[in-house]
Amino acid sequence: MTDATSIHAGRPDRPPGRSRPREPRRASSMRRREAIAGYLFISPWIVGFCVFTLGAMAYSLVISFSDYRLATDTATPVGLDNYAELFRDPRVMGSLGNTLFYAVLAVPLEIVVAMALALLLARSGRAGGFFRTVFYLPKMTPAVATAAVFLLLLNGNTGAVNEGLALIGIDGPQWLIDPAWVKPSIVIMTLWGVSGTMVIFLAALANVPRELYEAASLDGAGRVRQFVSVTVPMISGSLFFATVVLTIAALQVFDQAYLLFWRDQTNASPESSLFYGVYLFQQAFRQFDFGFASAMAWLLFVIILLITLVQVRVSNRFVYYEGDR
Amino acid sequence: MAVLPPEAAERLVQPVAAEVEASARRPAAGRRRPRTTVGRVVVWALLGVCTLAFLYPFAWLLAASLKPRSQVFDNLLWPRDVQWSNYAEVWDRLPLAAWMVNSVAIALLAALLVTLSSSLVAFGFAYFRFPGRSFLFGLVLATMMLPGAVTMVPQYLIWKQLDLIGTWVPLFGMNLFGSAFYIFLQRQFFRGLPRELFEAARLDGVGYLGLFRHIAMPLAVPSFVIVFLFEFQASWNNLQSALIYLNSGGVDGYTVPLGLSYAMTSFSPTNGGQGDYQLVMVAALLVTLPMLLLFAFGQRYFIEGVSTQARKG
Repeated sequence: MTDATSIHAGRPDRPPGRSRPREPRRASSMRRREAIAGYLFISPWIVGFCVFTLGAMAYSLVISFSDYRLATDTATPVGLDNYAELFRDPRVMGSLGNTLFYAVLAVPLEIVVAMALALLLARSGRAGGFFRTVFYLPKMTPAVATAAVFLLLLNGNTGAVNEGLALIGIDGPQWLIDPAWVKPSIVIMTLWGVSGTMVIFLAALANVPRELYEAASLDGAGRVRQFVSVTVPMISGSLFFATVVLTIAALQVFDQAYLLFWRDQTNASPESSLFYGVYLFQQAFRQFDFGFASAMAWLLFVIILLITLVQVRVSNRFVYYEGDR
Repeated sequence: MAVLPPEAAERLVQPVAAEVEASARRPAAGRRRPRTTVGRVVVWALLGVCTLAFLYPFAWLLAASLKPRSQVFDNLLWPRDVQWSNYAEVWDRLPLAAWMVNSVAIALLAALLVTLSSSLVAFGFAYFRFPGRSFLFGLVLATMMLPGAVTMVPQYLIWKQLDLIGTWVPLFGMNLFGSAFYIFLQRQFFRGLPRELFEAARLDGVGYLGLFRHIAMPLAVPSFVIVFLFEFQASWNNLQSALIYLNSGGVDGYTVPLGLSYAMTSFSPTNGGQGDYQLVMVAALLVTLPMLLLFAFGQRYFIEGVSTQARKG
């Protein structure tokens, strides 16, 4: 059933589905068989996409325009009510502001710290592997364990962080109580686990040809100049990728904020620790107000889309891809 | 930020880049050791400070887990009194064993399913030519951008419709259908395999499924391990799904993250609870250990999996 001609007939450079007139019929039927097999292989994803992504998105949109009653599983259309409520509920805008503030604080710090660590590792010679392992361990630590530890480390009265700060004469803040220090606390926890981004940068740095530095050095470029003119352009693709991914993650932050501040429903937490993801979760699965939660989700989606588009637009001017001419 | 305009930097870079293209990428290319003694001292000092910062919470956790209740908050890295019994007591005071069994079972199922389904889909995208392939693959990548919040509620309603709320199924069921990042990752691996291998096998009469099972799978074992380990870790850490689907059930049915979150609340000294925070520390340490073991055995797979993202742009 198979022969050499049929396999070579399906070359990638020809648009599928269009056959040359002189092509043997067997070859085109082979190509169709290949296409069918291809669709079968990707069919799990197609089914999942249609049901759990596309279908779910459509359903979510419908729900966002409805008052959904979980008890009876009925969705009564209410028009734009849920969306109007987004702007009336001060906690929506408050949590959105908190989340954006956190993202603006966290993402640049993550990029800078990850880059600094990667540069450091790249210069540590044969010991690099050991330190990479050490730096990666926090990334393996479950968020609950991290939160349990940092809850005590960041305690304003007895925590080790403030004890350490006192050693150098600094009176540490009430990290987890003072509204102004809530977000920096979460940033600290995030930075502890920054090694994922560090590994991405490390791989990108390893791909920069050493000869470029030698050439730049011959041209009289110093360390800083080499970093700015060789390293940054050569790894700009990874920098951009990390920025986009970290931003999307920061806008959806949930685990740390929930565990540190909103896990215990009997305790009051500062409003400044209410992140968008947490409030959305509460609305959906504590209040079971699915209509409102869905409207919140779509607002978040639009915001993420806009921010990503802006990042892509800006990056087009700076990012260098290998093979680009 | 760049002093040179990008085009100028590119002009600087291009000729050299072309030249070294052939010399391939030496793994050592990024390793540039400091030339001066001062430079070396600075690098090692910084490495020391960072190591301290990254390891301190682990040391603190280990110490706290061995302290009696009254000393948990004293921040000493060497406990004044070592209380080994914490490690025995925790199993009585918390259903930690049940949580771990639940989490291991769910993580195994989740990881196995997603590895299998994602690799099938990835092979479909990597090997076969069919109309709409690049469009569909673009859709795969696009789904990575979609915030989970958008599909969270409808997915809950789907599982509710199927009467599966409170079971483990919603925590791994979606993995039957592949996951975008893993599909991307495995496709990269499959595309690295020489096509002649597959064509030769086809000539020998091997069917399409045979190509996957007998050629692609054995050759792409590292990518399977990477996906398995990543998903195992992700599942072990998954708090939100457990909160949504298991929270209303009994405590024994919790997963590790949900259970530990519950323990943090019920043992919290400020909550009128027992305040036995040293036991929470033991539990935190015990649920972290499996992940550290996973990393000890699979470090290169984790690093390689994360590094793949650097080549994505």
